[in-house]
Amino acid sequence: MVQGIESRRKHYVEVLARTDEDGRVTPVSITWQDGRTFEIDRILDVRRAASLKVGGTGTRYLIRIGQATTYLFHENPRWFVEEKV
Amino acid sequence: MDRIILHSDMNSFYASVEQAERPELRGHPVVVAGKEELRHGIVLTKSIEAKKYGIQTAEALWQARKKCPDLIVLPPRYKLYRKYSEMARAIYYQYTDLVEPFGLDECWLDVTGSIDLHGGDAVVVAREISERIKAELGCTVSIGLSWNKIFAKFGSDYKKPDAITHITRENYREIVWSSPARDLLYVGPATERKLHAYGIDTIGQLACASDAFLKRKFGKIGLVLRVFARGEDLTPVKPYDPSARDVQREIKSYGNGLTAPHPITTAKDARALIWILSESVAQRMREDGVQARTVAIGVRNDTDLSGYGCQTKLDKPSAATRIVAQTAWALLACNEPFDEEHPIRALHVRACDLVDATPTNQLSLFDDAQPDWEHLDTCIDELRRRFGNTCIIRGTELLDQALSGLDVKAENTVHPVGFFHR
Repeated sequence: MVQGIESRRKHYVEVLARTDEDGRVTPVSITWQDGRTFEIDRILDVRRAASLKVGGTGTRYLIRIGQATTYLFHENPRWFVEEKV
Repeated sequence: MDRIILHSDMNSFYASVEQAERPELRGHPVVVAGKEELRHGIVLTKSIEAKKYGIQTAEALWQARKKCPDLIVLPPRYKLYRKYSEMARAIYYQYTDLVEPFGLDECWLDVTGSIDLHGGDAVVVAREISERIKAELGCTVSIGLSWNKIFAKFGSDYKKPDAITHITRENYREIVWSSPARDLLYVGPATERKLHAYGIDTIGQLACASDAFLKRKFGKIGLVLRVFARGEDLTPVKPYDPSARDVQREIKSYGNGLTAPHPITTAKDARALIWILSESVAQRMREDGVQARTVAIGVRNDTDLSGYGCQTKLDKPSAATRIVAQTAWALLACNEPFDEEHPIRALHVRACDLVDATPTNQLSLFDDAQPDWEHLDTCIDELRRRFGNTCIIRGTELLDQALSGLDVKAENTVHPVGFFHR
C-alpha cells in the first residue's frame, strides 16, 4: 500500500466522453465534486477489469492527467474512480 | 478424435459477486438469503468463509446464525448476478460459440473446433479463461476439462475453488472411478441409497455393473448412469439461444408457488394467493401459445411443514386465468378447512398435460355458450405488455394486504436446468 493512503473509496464522477461511430467511448475530462475539471492527457490502457480495491467491474481506463496516472472505470452508464481517503 | 469440453463453475456465485462488488465483505462469512420477514429466510449461497462454519445451502437462517454468530446476511440482487453471468458468458464466447449454460453460474464449452486458434492446448485455454474471469469480474471459477460433458462437470466439482481439473483417458479411472457414486450427475440421495443397497459405492463400480442388473433394478436410467460413469456420454454442447428458449426445450408444465408472508388461515387470503399464482401460470402459458388439460396444486402446512398435492382434469384445454384459478381454488377448497388449527404456509399452482393452443379443440355439445374468458385475458395481457404486470389486477388479489404489490410473473425465473432436455 502506498504510504499515506489509508484506503480507497468508490467515487462516482462526472465525465465528458466522446463516442465514435463504432461505439468506442473515449473519456475526455473528469469533473471533480468541487468543480475542478481535469483534462485527460492520455489513455494508456483500456480493458475490462474488476476493481479489486473498491469493488465493481467495468471497462477500466488507465489514464494520465499531468504527471499522475490513475484508473477510471466505466460501469455503464456511470463512471467511477478509486478515491484516496 | 475426442472432443474437448470445458465445464466452468463460478464458485459460490451469489456470495462471490457480492464480495466482488463490496470488497469490505471479502474474507468474512457471508450468505445470500431470502427475506426473513417474508419467511423466505433460507441460505441461497454461502461464501467460502461461511462454508468453513458448516453452513449449508437451503438451511434456515436461524440455523446458520447458530453455527456462525458473526454471519453477514445479504438479500439477493438477481439483476446483478445476471449481469455477472452475462459478462462471464461474453468471455466464454470469445473462445467458442458452443456455450451451454446450466443455471446462472455454470456453463459447458465445446472448444474442439476452435482450440487451434488459441494455441492448441486445452489446459492453457482453461487457465486463460479462469484468469480472465478473476481479473475482469473479480470472482473465481473452477473448471473441469474432459472429452465428455459428464466428466467435465465432475472435474469442475472435484476441486474448488479456483482450480482446473483435467480428466483424461489416462487418469479418469483413478480420479473419477474412485469417487463416491453421488458425485456423478443425476445420482442424488435416493439413487445413492439404492446403489449402496446393492453394494455399489463408487462410480467405478457403477461403470462395471452388468446390463441385466441395472435394467432390472433401475430401468432405463440405470443404463444411462452407466454410460455417464464410463465417460461414454455423447450429448453435444447445445448453444443457448434466448429467442428459441421455449422451442428447443420441451416444456412439460407451468407452475408457480409462493411461501406466504404470514400463515394463511382464512379462505379469503388463500383465494387471493391462488389467484395471484394462477395469473402468472396462465399468462405464461398464453405467451407460449399452449393450453393445459390438467391443473394441480401443492399445499404446505404451516405447523409441521408437511405437504401434499392434488390435481384434476379440465373439461377442455384452457389457458384462461379464470379457469385455472377456479379449478385450483376448487381443489384447495375441498381439501382445506381454513381455520386457525390448519394454517397454510405455502401454495403452488401448476398447469400440465399441455396441448398447443389451436382453435381445433373439441367443443362440447351440451354446454351453453360460455363466455370466452381467454378473450378477456388477451385484452389484459395486451395492457400488461404495454404498461407492466401490475397495471391491472384482480379484486380478489387485493384482499390480502400482505400480498398486494407482488408480481409473481416478473420474479419468475426459469433456470435452464435438466440435462435431458431435447
